[in-house]
Amino acid sequence: MATTIRKSVISSLARAKSGHLGGSLGLADIFTTLYFSVLTHNPLKPKWTDRDRVILSIGHVAPVLYATLAHCGYFSVEELQTLRKLGSRLQGHPGREHGLPGLELSAGSLGQGLSVAVGMAIAAKMDHKKHRIYSIHGDGELQEGSIWEAAMAASHYKLDNLIAIVDRNGLQIDGRTEEVMSLEPLAGKWQSFGWQVIECDGNSIEQLLSAFGNTGTAQNKPTVIIAETIMGKGIRSIEGDYRWHGKVPTTEKAVEFIEQLAKQ
Amino acid sequence: MNHLINKGNKPTKTGFGEGLLEAGLRNPAVVCIGADITTSVGCNFFAEAFPLRFISLGIAEQNCIGVAAGLALEGKIPVFSTYGVFAALRTTDQIRVSLCYNNLHVVIGGAHAGVSVGPDGATHQALEDLGMMRILPNMTVLSPCDATQTRVATIAAIEQVKGPVYLRFGREAMPDFTSGTMTFEIGKSQLLVAGDDLTIIATGHMVWEALQAAEILETKGLKARVLNMHTIKPIDKEAIIRAASETGAIVTAEEHQVIGGLASAVSEVVVQNCPVRMAFVGMQDSFGESGDPGELMEKFGMTAEAIASAALRLVSRQT
Repeated sequence: MATTIRKSVISSLARAKSGHLGGSLGLADIFTTLYFSVLTHNPLKPKWTDRDRVILSIGHVAPVLYATLAHCGYFSVEELQTLRKLGSRLQGHPGREHGLPGLELSAGSLGQGLSVAVGMAIAAKMDHKKHRIYSIHGDGELQEGSIWEAAMAASHYKLDNLIAIVDRNGLQIDGRTEEVMSLEPLAGKWQSFGWQVIECDGNSIEQLLSAFGNTGTAQNKPTVIIAETIMGKGIRSIEGDYRWHGKVPTTEKAVEFIEQLAKQ
Repeated sequence: MNHLINKGNKPTKTGFGEGLLEAGLRNPAVVCIGADITTSVGCNFFAEAFPLRFISLGIAEQNCIGVAAGLALEGKIPVFSTYGVFAALRTTDQIRVSLCYNNLHVVIGGAHAGVSVGPDGATHQALEDLGMMRILPNMTVLSPCDATQTRVATIAAIEQVKGPVYLRFGREAMPDFTSGTMTFEIGKSQLLVAGDDLTIIATGHMVWEALQAAEILETKGLKARVLNMHTIKPIDKEAIIRAASETGAIVTAEEHQVIGGLASAVSEVVVQNCPVRMAFVGMQDSFGESGDPGELMEKFGMTAEAIASAALRLVSRQT
């Protein structure tokens, strides 16, 4: 399924002629694991009150969210081809006002999603609800101070119904995170903020399943999964190349990339 | 002639706190977010009455807005208050994306409006908040005139609006002259004094000053109309156009920068519909400073006398 999602990401971005390929490909295994194995959800009832919530804080990787939602059955796979076009429900960065089923939050300005997830998790606690809130973050995004305000609040309120996932690909637009603004020791930062930390290979479904399986084992603590991924994963020629953060393939390249994926 | 009497000075923040408590008693979905200055912004009544619905988040305003968005997505009605300088300015991006773009019903109380905050000085005197908030799509902006009206407006903001609301109030005890039974409709200004020689459109604390200014003008033989523009957005176009066409001159009065605030909002309507001469009473593109509230209002030209002389200059220019 992750390969199918990658193909949809590539073809929708090639059609859109702008957008963010690298991160979307890197996250495909995380989205596949989450939506096809971990989440309690029903694509036919996107507003079901007991569903698990997914907050995508890094709105720029919307293509992987859209592709996953479509392949889950929230809407048709054909609609992916409208990405970034006028009148589309698939905005460049997610926008709820356009009415896309399965989309929980309009987002795109970095550093805001964790706070929203904290608010949802507090509301769930207040209402004695059992569903979980998953929020997805980039590693570069963790340079935003508001993330740490939210991290503090999550452990203060003992939000064990909140699971943050950090896409640790080590890259951002200006280059390597550790050169732009270092994040290490990253696990130690989260631990010192009172979080349970699980580290895993974010491109291994097996490791991701085990990581998600271990969430909720620390009572009274929020959990963060630091998932090491490779930007551009699946397309050998662009893997780990930060220049593909905000770039899309030409139609010819897209065909070549999709053929590469088909061979895997 | 003005028939409104000051029932005694009272801070508008107290009206906010009373309104929040009242709405909270009526609806269990109302929750309140604190950013360390709970009593200072009037949220203590609610926090004491409903400790389980009060969420303390510390000095972290950006997070407060995001958490409010999350709560609102789950059907709560979050009310978040801190000083307007932080509520509207530190968190503008969070308000823009997490609240306004998602069109979520969250009520933001912007406290410490204007220079009447007094001795704390410029950093804590909110003078740009109305301008910042009114340019955001989906946002409703309220600026009630006294403690009683702030209570009424707070309840209306919580119970009647669907999207995000910014509600502004002050710290200093100021004349409390409206009655709780007066009709209050969001988006509809209140005609407080009838008159046809010119119109004073005022908001917040400046409404009382406008009433006094109308009395001064009456002694000079001028009958001023006074409108209480308690809603900055959506602005009451109809009343503004009527004032322009019927009185031919408009003075705006606000405890806020004239750039971007009430003066701008009224002008936008006037110039497109019925251009007339206008004068702006308010902060003239400067920061405030420390001092007693009264001294500061005088120094920065935000008094009844200042409104009256602006009105006289305006009318004499016309003749």
